[in-house]
Amino acid sequence: MENLIALLIAAPLLGAVVLLCGGRRLDRTGHWLGTALAGASFLIGVVLFAGMLGESADERTLHQRLFSWIPVEGFQADIAFQLDQLSMTFVLLITGVGTLIHIYSIGYMEHDERRRRFFGYLNLFLSAMLLLVLADNYLLLYFGWEGVGLASYLLIGFWQHKPSAATAAKKAFLVNRVGDIGLSIAIMLMFTTFGTFAFGPVLGSVGETGEGTLTAIGLMLLLAACGKSAQVPLQSWLGDAMEGPTPVSALIHAATMVTAGVYLIVRSGAIFNAAPDAQLVVVVVGAVTLLFGAVVGCAKDDIKKALAGSTMSQIGYMILAAGLGPIGYVFAIMHLVTHGFFKAGLFLGAGSVMHGMNDEVDMRKYGGLRKHMPITFVTFGLGYLAIIGFPGLSGFFSKDKIIESAFAKGGAEGWILGAVTLLGAAITAFYMTRVMLMTFFGEKRWQPDAEGHEPHPHESPRSMTIPMIVLAFGSVFAGGFFGIGDRFLNWLEPVTGYDHGHAPISAATVTTATVVVLLIGVGVAWLMYGRRPVPVLAPRGSLLTRAARRDLYQDDINHAVLVRGGEHLTRSLVYVDHTLVDGVVNGTAASVGGLSGRLRKMQNGYARSYAVSMFGGTAVLIAATLLMRAV
Amino acid sequence: MNPVNYLYLAALLFTIGAAGVLIRRNAIVVFMCIELMLNACNLTLVAFSRMHGNLDGQIIAFFVMVVAAAEVVVGLAIIVSLFRSRHSASVDDASLMKL
Repeated sequence: MENLIALLIAAPLLGAVVLLCGGRRLDRTGHWLGTALAGASFLIGVVLFAGMLGESADERTLHQRLFSWIPVEGFQADIAFQLDQLSMTFVLLITGVGTLIHIYSIGYMEHDERRRRFFGYLNLFLSAMLLLVLADNYLLLYFGWEGVGLASYLLIGFWQHKPSAATAAKKAFLVNRVGDIGLSIAIMLMFTTFGTFAFGPVLGSVGETGEGTLTAIGLMLLLAACGKSAQVPLQSWLGDAMEGPTPVSALIHAATMVTAGVYLIVRSGAIFNAAPDAQLVVVVVGAVTLLFGAVVGCAKDDIKKALAGSTMSQIGYMILAAGLGPIGYVFAIMHLVTHGFFKAGLFLGAGSVMHGMNDEVDMRKYGGLRKHMPITFVTFGLGYLAIIGFPGLSGFFSKDKIIESAFAKGGAEGWILGAVTLLGAAITAFYMTRVMLMTFFGEKRWQPDAEGHEPHPHESPRSMTIPMIVLAFGSVFAGGFFGIGDRFLNWLEPVTGYDHGHAPISAATVTTATVVVLLIGVGVAWLMYGRRPVPVLAPRGSLLTRAARRDLYQDDINHAVLVRGGEHLTRSLVYVDHTLVDGVVNGTAASVGGLSGRLRKMQNGYARSYAVSMFGGTAVLIAATLLMRAV
Repeated sequence: MNPVNYLYLAALLFTIGAAGVLIRRNAIVVFMCIELMLNACNLTLVAFSRMHGNLDGQIIAFFVMVVAAAEVVVGLAIIVSLFRSRHSASVDDASLMKL
């Protein structure tokens, strides 16, 4: 059974190699090959899952050791995999959603002449992401971590002829690099502290380690998670990453890669449990980001950027839950899975809308599309109801649990976090309703473009609608399936542990409050965007709206602090280099030159002057000898 | 006669020779001054030999004379060829340094 684990990764990797090295002759069949291998990986995942269900809860972890990667005395790194319930959840999500998005891309990328390469990159992403979640040590996880970063870079910049896409890809890569430094420092700290970086020994010997070291490791892991999962302060790349093709946004920047940070924190749960200070920082980051993303999502007119703000906010929920410790780990992952369904569905819906609207992304130029794209409307609508947490749908079960856990943290912290998550739920309802109303309801607002082509909104081909329908099913039923009877909790508890916490208010109260804030959010959005027509040109808006449109000045802050600061730093370094370092070097050279110029004069070629120095030297020597004798 | 007087004479001769080497420009004179220094040394050697009743110094004096004779042969040859090429026997003119 465990021999299948490597095949999970090998299948998409084979696809990536064949598609990227195969050349033009694969142009007509490449996308089928890529999709088939992604599907094969999913089937292997299902087989492994079925095998895992057959075991008892404590014996479900599988290990496979392929070979020794870096065998050095005192430094052992293996290519070895660990498949437990947590990895399994990710494997099914990655390969399942991944396969659906491969199918969707067949239709979406039909007219792109570089489609084969696109599928190669997608397969590369799948194999790297699977490596990330299946690794049994932090070093191999880091390998996968960098792999998904590379795939993300290649796919964001897939339309590299657009300068904006090329810039966005570079931005994502650079910001991620900051987080990656955190991960590499964390791994180095682990190696110096524990002498190894395999999950088992590291997480098992946490009890014998000082809290200071664990806090440092935890904070570095959090930095890594912030980079990959677009959390404050490393959030700025996600909005621009929407320059990539929409299936990429759905797969990488909504469902899977951006959740790697949550995986990292949950996987390293033992470290965070023993370092409450690090946990507190995790919670703060999650809370800040969930409001940050939500506020940004409210102001964006670009449908994909609005969804990107929402992704940031929902991952903020997951990070917050992961920071709560054993109270929240399970629910962080549960929200991650349901979010994978509905957010991927929403992005695919957005892609379908763009497909029908000549790649227009401005929601102010949509309006009334429900008549033209019924399937997209229904699937997008179900995803919408799921994300705002409409009772009975996926998001309701998972988000409600996170809000309960936040309250269950106890004390003032619990109240603050509970309030923040409730506020976030209200804003989520507001901005998603806004997206929904501006896109599918109201009057048509589209106009002919500069060349006089009026868009003719139409339903997308079946290869695109079928994945959307499947994901809509997931959006509707996954949450209930996981939540009712605590199925998901029982499944993950052996890996992550679980703690009830001390809830100050009953679950029913929390649920009622959630539904109330949800209705308030929807109501406000309807008053602003449903009851009166949406202007085609964006009004100036309030101070907050304008700030949110500019992503709450994230780029301005980065520019002012990091870019300007960096420029000043380099400028002063250059100045020091020119004056101090060059001064010392040039001064030494000049003084040596001057001195030798003087000394040169002694070599004048007159035999008599040489004779004088010889006689003088001899006289001095004799005098010195006599003096020494006398003394 | 007190043999120490020979040492005084030898010191005087050596000093005259050294001063000549340092001061005079004519290569022949410089050369003769070197011979003077060598002979001053010989005189010292012989005087010490006499003072210590030991023949070693006299033997070394013979060696010095042989070496000096050989040196004269080579040195004069150099000076003659130098004079032929430069029409001058001044030691300072022989400097080729670019200062």
